Order: sequence, then C-alpha cells, then structure tokens
Amino acid sequence: MTLSELLVIILVYKQTKMNKTVTMQTFKNGFIHFLSRTIGAGLLLWQFAAPAQAALEIEISGGSAIQIPIAILPMAESGAASSGSRLHEIISNDLRGSGMFRIINTSGLPALPNSAAQIKYTDWTALKAQGLSLGEVQQVGGNLKVSVQVMDVLRQTALLQLTYTVSPSQYRHVAHLIADQIYEKFTGQPGAFATRIAYVTKVGKRFTLQIADYDGFNAQTLVSSNEPIISPAWSPDGSKMAYVSFEKKKPIVFVQSLYTGERKMVANFKGNNSAPAWAPDGSKLAVVLTYGANSQIYTISADGSNLQQVTKSSAIDTEPAFSPDGQSIYFSSDRGGRPQIYKVSASGGSPSRVTFEGSYNVSPRFSPDGKYLTYIRNDGGAFKVAVQDLGTGDVKVLSTGSQDESPSFAPNARTIMYATRVGGKGTLATVTVDGLVRQRLSEAGGDIREPAWGPAQAAPK
Amino acid sequence: MNKSIWTVAALALVLTACKSTPMNPAKVEDSSVTRPVAKSQSNTGADSSASTDKINIKTVDVDTSKDELSAAELAKRQVFFDYDSDAIREEYKGLVANHAKYLAAHPQTKVVLQGNTDERGTHEYNLALGQRRSVAVKNALNVLGVSDSQIETVSYGEERSKQNCADDGCFQQDRRVDIVYAGQ
Repeated sequence: MTLSELLVIILVYKQTKMNKTVTMQTFKNGFIHFLSRTIGAGLLLWQFAAPAQAALEIEISGGSAIQIPIAILPMAESGAASSGSRLHEIISNDLRGSGMFRIINTSGLPALPNSAAQIKYTDWTALKAQGLSLGEVQQVGGNLKVSVQVMDVLRQTALLQLTYTVSPSQYRHVAHLIADQIYEKFTGQPGAFATRIAYVTKVGKRFTLQIADYDGFNAQTLVSSNEPIISPAWSPDGSKMAYVSFEKKKPIVFVQSLYTGERKMVANFKGNNSAPAWAPDGSKLAVVLTYGANSQIYTISADGSNLQQVTKSSAIDTEPAFSPDGQSIYFSSDRGGRPQIYKVSASGGSPSRVTFEGSYNVSPRFSPDGKYLTYIRNDGGAFKVAVQDLGTGDVKVLSTGSQDESPSFAPNARTIMYATRVGGKGTLATVTVDGLVRQRLSEAGGDIREPAWGPAQAAPK
Repeated sequence: MNKSIWTVAALALVLTACKSTPMNPAKVEDSSVTRPVAKSQSNTGADSSASTDKINIKTVDVDTSKDELSAAELAKRQVFFDYDSDAIREEYKGLVANHAKYLAAHPQTKVVLQGNTDERGTHEYNLALGQRRSVAVKNALNVLGVSDSQIETVSYGEERSKQNCADDGCFQQDRRVDIVYAGQ
C-alpha cells in the first residue's frame, strides 16, 4: 500500500470552551454541548440530554486503504423529541474517524426511508452502499428509546437490531454504543467509541484533571489545583482514578472515586510518590517511591497498605506498567546507561531488558490484549510514539511530533492516544497501530497533556 | 519560640526571597535583613513592615551562637546542572558547602531539596531525573556533616519548567535543585 492510496479526510469541529469556575473535587458538567446551540430552543429536553461541550477540536487525517461505504440515516423521531436528533451525526463521526468507513452523503437524496420496509435497495446499491443504518428515537416517560436497524444492502437483510432505553443524559453514549456495534459487525473487531479518556489541562497556572468521552465531549473535572497534576491512571473497572498531585509541594499518589468523589492518599512517603499503575485485578498499584535515593518501583494495595519493594537498584526505575496477565511489571530504567524498558516479575526478582532498538525508550504501556507494547522513543532528539509487536518483536515508530509522550491504548487495542505539541501548545493525538489513521484533539483554552484511555464502558441497563 | 519571632521573620524574609523562583536581589540586599542572623529579640521598624507581608511565616528555632555565615551567602539556593547530568558543578560547590555548614550547625533545621528538569522527555522520567539531582545535592550535604533526618529529597521533574524554550540558555534555568528551608 502506498501513501497515494490513502484517502485523506479532514474534519474540523471548532467549539469555544465556556468559562466556568471549577473547584477541587467538583464533579460537574463544565460545558454546554455545542449541539444545544444547533438544535434550537424548542428542544429543551435535549439540551439537558447533552450537557457537555466538546472542549476539544478534532482533526482526522489518513484512512484505511479499504473503507467500507455505509449510509447512516437521520433517526425518525416521535414524542417530545420531535426534531433535531443528531444521533446519526455522532455515529457517522465515530465511524469516519476510525478510518475504516466512508460515510455516504445522503443530504441531496429526495426521500429517505423511515423503516426497513421502505428501503429501495437499488437506490443504495447504486450509491455503492454496503451498509445502511436507520432508526427511531421516541420519548418514553423521561427516557429516550432508541431503536436502530443496520441493513446489509447487498443481501437485503438486517445485520443489527438494537434498542436502548436510556436517560437523556446518555444520548451521546448511546450513539457511541451503536457505532461500536456497527464497527464490530463490519470489521470483525470491537469498537472503542463508547469509552472515556482522562487528561490534564493547564490553563494559566491552573491544572485540572478531566475525564471526557473519547471524542472530547462530556468533559468533567475531577480535580482542579494550582499545583501540577500528572500521571492519571484508570482503575480497570473505570470507577477510580489514580494520579499524582503536587498540592503538598511534593508528588503524592492519590486514588479518587469518580462517582463519590472520595479521595485518598495511597502513597505519601518521604520523598517522591509517583507513576501509579493499576494491577489488572484492581487490587493493587505499582508506584514509584524514592525515600532518600533514586526512583524505585513498589507495589501497594489500593487502600494504601501492604507496601512491597519490586526493584532494588541504584539506577532510575520508573514508569511501571502491569502486563495484562498481572504477572510482570514493565518499566523504564537507566540501569544499563541509557533509559530502556525492562520487565520484572510483579513480586520482584531479576529484571530483563525488553527494548534493544534505539538508545532511549521509556513510558511502556500494554495493549489490553497483551499483543503490543507502546512506548516513547527518543529518535535523534525527537520523542516519538513507537509500538512493538510482542509476538514478532517488530518495532514501528508511529508518531510524527518531536515531544510526544504518554501513550496509551484504546480498549480495542487498535488506537493509541498520546500527548503532542502543535504550535507550542500541548494537544492530544491518536494514531492507529498500523499508523494509517491519525486524529488530533486540542483545546482552545490551554495546554492539554497526560492522556490516559479508560476501559470500555458497560452498556446502560 | 514566640520570643524570637522577629528574628525569625528577618531570616524567613531572606529565605523566602528565592523560594522557587529566581531570587529577588532587592530583598537580599536590604540592609535590615542581610545581617548574620542574631538571636535578638529586638524589633526594628523595617522588620515590622516586612512581617506584615508574610503572614504565613513559621517559627524556626535558630541557634546563632556558632553562626559564621551571612544571610547573603545562605540566600543563594539554586544549584544548576548540565544537560542529562546530576554532577554538581565546581562553581556550586561553595554554595552547597555554605548550606552544609549552616545545617550542620543547626541540626533542628530541615530542608527540602527540590529537583527540576527542563521540559524535554516524559513527565515521569523527568521526575526521576530531577530526583537524581536532588539526591546529588543531598549526598554532598551528607559528606559535609548534614544528617539525613534534616533532608527530604523530592522532585518536581519538568512540572515547573519554562515551556517552548528555544535555546539551552532557557533550558538551563530549569535544570536545577532548589534548596527550600522548612517553613518557607
């Protein structure tokens, strides 16, 4: 495949971040969804339905050589939710942004079907559509009932029939869930649209730890502080966040519940406390402590008890990451002179070296399926995201920036999110493991860094 | 402790002069606060006006009987490093020795050594590099007789670095250890 074969899609959504004061531990919606401005005043319900604004600007480039053509039709609506549904737009953006789909433009077509029975398949085969999604949104009591059918245009059969009844606040979440189902049906791999990310923003001298949908919508502030916040790490069940806060003039590891706001100092020992990484079962964390010497790796229970030292060296050992089976901890160390990635049994022992190409490799993170390791390589003075196939040992440098850092995998292991700098400003970017599809997410207001892609979210019951 | 509050205020003002930012020479050269610290309960008008700006001053028990260092010597609190290095440069050895002498003579006084790096590299790895610098200063203090119990080494890594530096003169200012006295 050559570059000339790649389609290039550039989408830019620009929104303005609303100013809003947030305080420590508030867990409120900080933004108004831009959709609420485009939907119009008649749809008060859906303004509440989508209470977050896209704080991030999304730019997509590249694409898979083979893209699946699909039509995502606007949803029919009934009840109070009588117009302005943008579900199909959210679904379309998800699929288009994956680089795996080409969304067929239906805006010029005279009459669109409202049900499977109304579909004239010859119209859609003429447009070369392989898939066709249509559906309905009804207001049922205080909830939205979303019904979607996805048709195989060639076989004229239903591939998917989905129904979700959710509170209006889960409007975007439902769209992402539908997109995940469509993605999996056509590509054979799970999607990662109904997921969340965490990241740190710095605006002026104010640091905030935020979580948002993977596309930057529904941003909420977990912590706001005048001192730095780094290294957010999702608990495996997505209910808690570990992070490092300098609010007491030194790095201390906190664990905070997303839903109750309960906040606990898990590691506050003499010296530094940093680099939290959860064990896959969520029972403990790897952390980096210093006491009076260099950074070393320890494990500690999630409640702050049962501290155990894992590495014992006079070198720097930091940036631990559990392997998905929980048996090993991978980490950065300069024990061999230059920083490289090593692995050690989670219970301690003698480490062995993992990276051999390049003179500087740090920040290891696993793909959830355990097949890949992503890390940062210093390549002639430029810090870039690399991915190593742990089966074959093949290494590929994926990113194009010069100060890229903090890579983490999407739950479906297809995409890596990382921090980069564009025009002197910190932004987030994603790249697929094959390097073909790139997205950038930047915030209008300030610097954004330290992204961490959270686990898949459960479907609403 | 209250008896020595004004003395301490004078000391604290000097010490605060370069807490985590480049020090303010004007304060350091203020004659009312650059005298060698003396255990005096006298309260001068100059100190009084200064103290009203510093409501968070904490009392430090200072025994000045053996004190031979001027406050100006102790006011220098920043040790700068070469790129990718934790070696204390020749020109900072005197500075470190001054603090060692003071701390050895005042075993109740505590310092935090805050390591810093420039912004190049990852946040956590830079945290570890900054720590290595703070440990280098600690080791130098230890050799000169300062007890471990008086020292905490921490790192800010790149978190206080200038951003978008264009040359090494800019990066250089971030590669340092700040010596911060307890209560400052």
